Amino acid sequence: MPSYSILLGRQRHVFDDLKAVMAAASPEKSGDRLAGIAADTNERRVAARYLLADIPLKTFLEEPLIPYEIDEVTRLIVDSHDASAFSPVAHMTVGQLRDWLLSYECTTAGLSALAPGLTPEMVAAVSKIMRNHDLIVAAAKTSVVTGFRTTIGLKGRLSSRLQPNHPTDDPEGVAGSTLDGLTYGVGDAVIGINPAGDNLEACVRLMELFDRLRQRFDIPMQSCVLTHVTTSIKAVEAGAPLDLVFQSIAGTEAANRGFGVDLKVLREGREAALSLKRGTVGDNVMYLETGQGSALSADAHHGVDEQTIEARAYAVARHLKPLIVNTVVGFIGPEYLYDAKQIIRAGLEDHFCGKLLGVPMGVDVCYTNHAEADQDDMDNLMFLLASAGVNFLIAVPGADDVMLNYQSLSYHDIVSLRHSFGRPPAPEFEAWLYRMGLFDSEGRLAPQASSVARRLIDYHPDVRASA
Amino acid sequence: MTTPVDLDPFARFRSVTRARIGLGRAGDSLPIRAVLDFQLAHARARDAVHGHVDFAAMADRIGKTMPVIRLKSRAADRSIYLARPDLGRRVDPAALAGVEKGDWDVAFVIADGLSAAAVEAHGEVVLSACVRRLGDLKVAPVVLGEQARVAFGDEAGEALGARIVVVLIGERPGLSVPDSLGAYLTFDPRVGRRDSERNCISNIHADGLSHETAADKIAWLIREALRLGLTGVDLKEDMSGATALPAPL
Repeated sequence: MPSYSILLGRQRHVFDDLKAVMAAASPEKSGDRLAGIAADTNERRVAARYLLADIPLKTFLEEPLIPYEIDEVTRLIVDSHDASAFSPVAHMTVGQLRDWLLSYECTTAGLSALAPGLTPEMVAAVSKIMRNHDLIVAAAKTSVVTGFRTTIGLKGRLSSRLQPNHPTDDPEGVAGSTLDGLTYGVGDAVIGINPAGDNLEACVRLMELFDRLRQRFDIPMQSCVLTHVTTSIKAVEAGAPLDLVFQSIAGTEAANRGFGVDLKVLREGREAALSLKRGTVGDNVMYLETGQGSALSADAHHGVDEQTIEARAYAVARHLKPLIVNTVVGFIGPEYLYDAKQIIRAGLEDHFCGKLLGVPMGVDVCYTNHAEADQDDMDNLMFLLASAGVNFLIAVPGADDVMLNYQSLSYHDIVSLRHSFGRPPAPEFEAWLYRMGLFDSEGRLAPQASSVARRLIDYHPDVRASA
Repeated sequence: MTTPVDLDPFARFRSVTRARIGLGRAGDSLPIRAVLDFQLAHARARDAVHGHVDFAAMADRIGKTMPVIRLKSRAADRSIYLARPDLGRRVDPAALAGVEKGDWDVAFVIADGLSAAAVEAHGEVVLSACVRRLGDLKVAPVVLGEQARVAFGDEAGEALGARIVVVLIGERPGLSVPDSLGAYLTFDPRVGRRDSERNCISNIHADGLSHETAADKIAWLIREALRLGLTGVDLKEDMSGATALPAPL
């Protein structure tokens, strides 16, 4: 591999290889420092960016950061690269791509056509030389639309995941958080619960709970129990009313192995869900979750920086034609993203990279209590992501997840963003909200004490119906 | 429909979930009471993370009944500790130089971890409850570990020559419980032990596992570990009569 060097004033900065340039060019991340690959001075960081800006995009096709022979994600990226889609930018450097993305010539249609021609390493590289402003403006031009029972990602709309977690999966407790969220018009991307255990029976009970609710009120929605893909496959075999298959994924074969998955089992999960033919407006049946730092925590990063590995996870996602993908941006802890500055930056990077690759990106705007962040920082990030045209955001009651012990957005935040930006929920779900009387004629919320809201809140899920 | 209970449409859920549901609205936003309640819970969790355990006072108290050694990790301060878990897992070599090996069955480490409040509230009580149950074993001097993570105990226990190390450590605080203590047991402690080679008792706090029940479980696990010569995934906690662990909150 060729080394890279640049003279800035009297200081020559030398980098061993392309992945060293990529790592050094990254904005400060505690995870890259933990891995020992971050730039050790501010000047060296900018030196790496000068170098990166002049590197031809083609270089990333010729010099895989993680060898083809040892990693199936690299093989997927290389083997599925669409050379003809790539041709409009094939002559460009990373810096020229950045300027083009921001130019008037770069349109939504152009970006959609380009997506299969871009690799994760290319989009990670260009994101490293883009300011937050650039990441927002360029992402806002993208459009990735998917469907199951609702259509998600349409321009001018904002969808949301309703997350009704409970520490013991108590059906009444889950129902309380779910019904609350529905009265806020939340849940059009998915009603998705993190089960307290990975037990098949408990997961199936939750699927049935959501499916009965859906049928009782005729809600155009999809639900998902966020259990391991192999458990979902078993649930399908057991005849459970499964809408979406969930799985956490990462950007290297070894990190995916840490999650107990490979491309083969992910494809099997997708096939299982497709076999049920439960979608009405589309057949995107996967819900995937990612987040910077997961490969490092599994010691499976091959010396590649955490943001580039994250972008590689989107190549895995793209392959599976998901309904939704979200980065759980601040969940993993301050050893990977130290403070609000790093969390906000990572959220914008992940959304931009995913969208450019053609992935239906959402974000869990969140943090843990040992990170240097608070709800004001989440306010900032959610408004920035709404400006960037994010497909969906996650919301939990009062922004406090009582099962996973971290903080996200509240149902209120989703309503607030929709009103501030004039972005209603998915059209099918929006029509249901009007039909139910949960939205008034101006698209505002009905009071929770109103008779229509009470009809919903007073609903008793028959928790023993299937026992 | 004018009874007081009806003012809260979510009344029926209050006993089954601690989720912040039915909060009401001010326009699109949370009502002020809900905003302040959240901020209070977060402030307590943050104070627990950034709080300082008064290890000097703790050493004085414990020192009245058993020998104490104070050690620091390689993380110089809290911000380094949070960003660099690798440094929190290792003992400061300078401090380690004074530690002597002995013929100990078990060593206890009280580590600040991620919640000073948990260590202040439960550390010493759980320690003495455990020691009371282990009167026949050779218990090493108690280690107080500052800016320390779980694996800090591997190096400290190795330096002491202990057969098993028990790390009592402040857990990552949630908004509902800022002061939860965890206990991690590692047989034959030495640098490089994997998490799968440990046993853990978690959720020791006022609304979780009581001090006495936690000590029962820890003492039982210590004796089983010494008998079988291992901890970790091959040592299952099946102590008869013990209550099941409560669900994490």
